[in-house]
Amino acid sequence: MSGPSDYQPSNPALQWIERRLPIIGLIHSSFVAYPTPRNLNYWWTFGAILSFMLGMQILTGVILAMHYTPHADLAFKSVELIVRDVNFGWLLRNMHAVGASMFFVAVYVHMFRGLYYGSYKEPREVLWILGVIIYLLMMATGFMGYVLPWGQMSFWGATVITNLFSAIPYVGESIVTLLWGGYSVGNPTLNRFFSLHYLLPFLIAGVVVLHVWALHVAGQNNPDGVEPKTEKDTVPFTPHATIKDMFGVACFLLLYAWFIFYMPNYLGDADNYIPANPGVTPPHIVPEWYYLPFYAILRSIPNKLAGVIAMFGAIIILCFLPWLDSARTRSSKYRPLAKQFFWIFVVVCVLLGYLGAQPPEGIYVVAGRVLTFCYFAYFLIVLPLLSRIETPRPVPNSISEAVLAKTGSKATPMVSTAIVLALAGSLFAGSIDSAKASEGSDTPPGIKWSFSGPFGTFDRGALQRGLKVYKEVCASCHGLSYIAFRNLSEPGGPSYSVAQAAAFASEYKVKDGPNDAGDMFERPGRPADYFPSPFPNEQAARAANGGAAPPDLSLITKARSYKRGFPWFIIDFFTQYQEQGPDYVAAMLQGFEDKVPEGVTIPEGSYFNRYFPGHAIKMPKPLSDGQVTYDDGSPTTVAQYAKDVTTFLMWTAEPHMEARKRLGFQVFVFLIIFAFLMYFTKKKVWADSH
Amino acid sequence: MNPDASTIAAGAPIEVDLSPIAEGQDIKVFWRGKPIYISHRTKKQIDEARAVNVASLPDPQTDEARVKSGHEQWLVVIGICTHLGCIPIAHEGNYDGFFCPCHGSQYDSSGRVRQGPAPANLPVPPYQFVSDTKIQIG
Repeated sequence: MSGPSDYQPSNPALQWIERRLPIIGLIHSSFVAYPTPRNLNYWWTFGAILSFMLGMQILTGVILAMHYTPHADLAFKSVELIVRDVNFGWLLRNMHAVGASMFFVAVYVHMFRGLYYGSYKEPREVLWILGVIIYLLMMATGFMGYVLPWGQMSFWGATVITNLFSAIPYVGESIVTLLWGGYSVGNPTLNRFFSLHYLLPFLIAGVVVLHVWALHVAGQNNPDGVEPKTEKDTVPFTPHATIKDMFGVACFLLLYAWFIFYMPNYLGDADNYIPANPGVTPPHIVPEWYYLPFYAILRSIPNKLAGVIAMFGAIIILCFLPWLDSARTRSSKYRPLAKQFFWIFVVVCVLLGYLGAQPPEGIYVVAGRVLTFCYFAYFLIVLPLLSRIETPRPVPNSISEAVLAKTGSKATPMVSTAIVLALAGSLFAGSIDSAKASEGSDTPPGIKWSFSGPFGTFDRGALQRGLKVYKEVCASCHGLSYIAFRNLSEPGGPSYSVAQAAAFASEYKVKDGPNDAGDMFERPGRPADYFPSPFPNEQAARAANGGAAPPDLSLITKARSYKRGFPWFIIDFFTQYQEQGPDYVAAMLQGFEDKVPEGVTIPEGSYFNRYFPGHAIKMPKPLSDGQVTYDDGSPTTVAQYAKDVTTFLMWTAEPHMEARKRLGFQVFVFLIIFAFLMYFTKKKVWADSH
Repeated sequence: MNPDASTIAAGAPIEVDLSPIAEGQDIKVFWRGKPIYISHRTKKQIDEARAVNVASLPDPQTDEARVKSGHEQWLVVIGICTHLGCIPIAHEGNYDGFFCPCHGSQYDSSGRVRQGPAPANLPVPPYQFVSDTKIQIG
């Protein structure tokens, strides 16, 4: 895109095309011959990483849309069916859901890089503003995508975010009705969000083309912030930048795969495994981690309209950055004061993100206000002031001079700090796994599970015993509606034979029909049937159980969690601890006590449970020693029952867990080899350029 | 993109029988996808709501203006927090009224905001008494 290309293909067919549409010349001049500054560091590979992630999201998203049903009654189930029944559906869903988070990790690194090296300054203002537009479109796309699974957090997130627009004077209410297509968030809302979620990524792709165009007109910035002057200052894009970007992408894929295969729910919220319910607000509504700093700004302003303005202002202000910071030196490398304030600003953003995940009370509110002030002060006070009072260090005359000077003293401590901070930022997401069971209940003890860790598998004996406990005890009140009898014979499950699963199914009576006479009738179950629910509908379940409907157990081990708190959620990232749900379920089953401790009042018809949030549970103690007989000689104790049935319920929540971890190992072996190959190729290619 | 005809038709007025609601109890019904709280207030709750200095409230409104005269014991409000749309919990908070678990707004026994980020009182939906024990919402 740097003017007409003089490239001529040698193949006659390509020459024929080239004379009519010079597209090969365009690609050649933009991505092969394009001169790129020779001093770029690895922070510059995030542009390529972002392009890769956009392609990945569109590809997985298009396939997911083939299987998804955008209807308020069916959306939640269709997502579960994608994960359970579609070939590699679990992989597609994890790639898309984690991919959104990774996209934002990369975009934040990319933005902070631009901020640090002054990439928004003359002549790159339009390039920067296009970037802010892409970021805004990404936020809208990410938000609407999060609504589609139609879980509790989807529904209530949609309610809170759409209500932001009601703060606009005079027209606010009409805008909200227009967004909803009804009187509240409901089916029409879901439909239009699905449509827009499909549309916006292609708009992003369009703006990305403009972004790259503007980049190739102005040329890339570089860590020293001096424009390339001679041939010696640049290297051709291919192979130098191409191979370096490939290595960057390979390293990024390792992080991406870590989440996809080993911690797919780490960045999500347990509440989103509960189907949307317009009548119940979750105790603690949190957006996805990448919106948390802005959510914290919204909540720290006590006035509704002012809060909304501040939140949007926090993003819009980025558009004015080229004029707020008028310092002539681009790179913070040569600006001693700006460099320090930059790092303070990064810490402010990370802390705001942390506060966004905390309940809005006490010290968190005060801290939120202070940090919101700091956020805006950086743009409105610090940067304009610095550009007037700061004396920058002398800038090198040319890029090649900077490269030669650098060979002596490499690896500044700043880079390591940056890596640690970037990592910490990406990990803050863990804190949104919070407040599920935190109000007035004990932390469940950790249990050693056979399915934990990167090579974990289900204990077959425990699965079969757990199924027995479910069938004889839990099934009288709790459904298991996402599990079909055929699943019992599928790989990675309780390992029954097809005949055993069919025999198990035939013990159940399943309602079918209507027959030719128009009547419904009962017949023995078949392997394709799902476990019948004990109650015909939720109201019946509620009425029969003292007002509290027993939840369906298919997803219970993923839908329950408890607050891990700092610093555990960071340690969990490295240890791959994912078993909050099973730990809680097993502890809750054993947490019943006859003697109510002092200071706790249990209402009539409820029971005391040590681990249940609020302690008062409507379910009476379900298990007692010797209640279920085991054929394999395992102890018939409550502890053993609880462990077995929890293992079984972990399998029902994720039947393909073993396949996920197995494939993960293979992918990691491949990626590590690939990354090494890319690294050594890169070294070879760059050998003459350093 | 405004609501379609079937959505509007489904939003027609509904009738609610009040006779099963004992004093001090409340029920939640859904109208137009919104939860409506119908509270049978106790004498204490009514007195509390009327003893407040109206001018001191964030959104000044008298209790008399929020209920139908002759039916002072019945409070009918849309149970959607005026901050960001969560559903407040009845019989919680410091004012014998509603407490919003999302961002901590508190409403009194007349549904008026008393504390927190909410800018306005819980709105009163259009309704009238068809008989002494039956109301029509809408």
